[in-house]
Amino acid sequence: MKVHGHTRLAALLLSPALAIIAVFMIVPIGITTLYSFLEPARYGGVIWEFSTDAYVRLLFERDIFDDTLSFSTDYIRIFVRSLVQAGVATLLCLLIGIPTAWFIATRPDRQKTLWLMLVTVPYWVNLLVRTIAMLLILRDEGPINDSLQAIGLTSGPLPLSYNNFAVGLGLAYSFLPFMILPLYAAIERFDFSLLEAAYDLHANRWKAFVGVVLPILRPGVVAGSLLVFIPGIGAFLAPDILGGGKTIMIGNLIGQQFQGSRNWPFGAALSTVLMTLTLIALMWSARRAAKAGTEVV
Amino acid sequence: MRNVSKTYFDAAGTPHVALDGIELEIHENEFFTLLGPSGCGKTTLLRLIGGFEQPTSGSIAIFNEEMAGQPPEQRPVNTVFQHYALFPHLNVRRNIGFSLEMLGRDRAEIADVTDRMLGLVGLDAMADRMPDQLSGGQRQRVALARALAPQPKILLLDEPLSALDLKLRQKMRLELKALQRETGITFVFVTHDQEEALAMSDRIAVLADGRVQQLGTPEEIYDAPANRFVADFIGGSNLLEARVSARGRVRVSDLGELDAETGQVESGKPVTLCIRPEQLVLSASGADGIGPFQVIDRTYLGNAVAFHLKAEGQMVTAHMPRGGARGQLDFQPGDQVYADFEAGALRVLIQ
Repeated sequence: MKVHGHTRLAALLLSPALAIIAVFMIVPIGITTLYSFLEPARYGGVIWEFSTDAYVRLLFERDIFDDTLSFSTDYIRIFVRSLVQAGVATLLCLLIGIPTAWFIATRPDRQKTLWLMLVTVPYWVNLLVRTIAMLLILRDEGPINDSLQAIGLTSGPLPLSYNNFAVGLGLAYSFLPFMILPLYAAIERFDFSLLEAAYDLHANRWKAFVGVVLPILRPGVVAGSLLVFIPGIGAFLAPDILGGGKTIMIGNLIGQQFQGSRNWPFGAALSTVLMTLTLIALMWSARRAAKAGTEVV
Repeated sequence: MRNVSKTYFDAAGTPHVALDGIELEIHENEFFTLLGPSGCGKTTLLRLIGGFEQPTSGSIAIFNEEMAGQPPEQRPVNTVFQHYALFPHLNVRRNIGFSLEMLGRDRAEIADVTDRMLGLVGLDAMADRMPDQLSGGQRQRVALARALAPQPKILLLDEPLSALDLKLRQKMRLELKALQRETGITFVFVTHDQEEALAMSDRIAVLADGRVQQLGTPEEIYDAPANRFVADFIGGSNLLEARVSARGRVRVSDLGELDAETGQVESGKPVTLCIRPEQLVLSASGADGIGPFQVIDRTYLGNAVAFHLKAEGQMVTAHMPRGGARGQLDFQPGDQVYADFEAGALRVLIQ
């Protein structure tokens, strides 16, 4: 009787979340997958006719005169670039995030809340505004280049904007808090007597960090990295604005299919592939984590 | 004949003065205990030896080698931490071999030493377990083996038994002592448990308020406490306020006058008399000893009976063995008794 009541209560408590997931996640994913196998209509939308053209287009270029297919790496390159950019952003976030999270986690309790709030302050401003602000700082006539030239360190402006560097920096900046917060949670729980034990057992600082601190913080590192990497792959604002549209990422490509190019099936196919790749990457990292867990047992 | 002086330190005041001018010499191959109540500075002292903190002034030397500025990883010292601090992501074997890995020893040597350490603490069967799959006692042993693996010159133990239950604690006491004898390594053991200290140590330093109150063998500390604090802290003593009445005589208010070793104390000066509960012999008649006391309460201790006595505002506890031949054994609350003891059992402590 009681157990039954608990199950009913649990179902009741979960139902809003389940409803949202069903309506706003499962249904759209279904529609996207479905659309990716249809023919594009001329001004957007789809024609209800089965076709794998959208997927063929990902890998092959169709000759406009004789319709022959030739292998093309254009879109693969965009995928790879997206993965690399997101990877670079993740690494940057780790490099900045670990010391920051460490600093916050080792403050007295009363200061921690303040520091954590400060981390989130920039995110009270819209992402678009922040990205444009970043462009203003990085551009050739921006404060960085101006001051570098004013003190005579450089003669001309450094190419800080409209390139991969700017996009990587922009992505890292956009997602930094998603790295800091899980890292902070992990470091907060870290037992610092373990660090003393490592020193006591003849580990120097670097070895203690790599051999003891990092493995124990691993769940936080993994969580933070996923939270930066996954949205990083699909990001479209940073490449659009900071990359000047010259080096597009998957997010931009998908956006184009639904806006300018009006090729919905191709956009849907791109989304489906991106989602599948992300899922595979996630499962692979989860498997690896589980394996690492059993290895040491 | 132990003329090898091993550790010498003189650590003085931090703002809150955790340690105030400590001077100690710990000998080679010694089981040395720092004993004191919590907050007396014993753990601070241990952390100074371990190198986790630096003395504000004074210096520490290990085997005549000055330790100032040496970080923990450079010292020939290893620590068994109070809560063991085992690495949760490494199995027992890798926990024990950790220091050797850090020192860059080759695999064969690491495996060899680790096996030996596992055998030493009797955990051969547990080598592949993770720390969270071990009981408290087993973790304790891993911590010991891990700290002993790099063959330190000194092993520091920070209240390592405090997290164990009583039975295990008593067993580990014997094991620790045996381990110390077997390895020949100097053990510096920190505890607030006087029983533990008395049972295991070669020498004990009693610490309070950041100062060494007394330094000596367990027998010296128990039988001849240097001051009121030590007498009270070690083994529960009766402390009686008294006054020197003449050379070699003390008067305990109206309860009687006694022979006592008064040393250089002038007559008329107040002193404290110290006597162990088990050294008191109670009797109903006042032929010898002091009294009369009123029996307030009696507590059955198993192998003895404790009588709580009161007279002139002073409380005294006497332990009488059961079934012994020492006078009448049983008194009831309300009875009047006199307390006698051998002359040598009484210690005069100057205030």
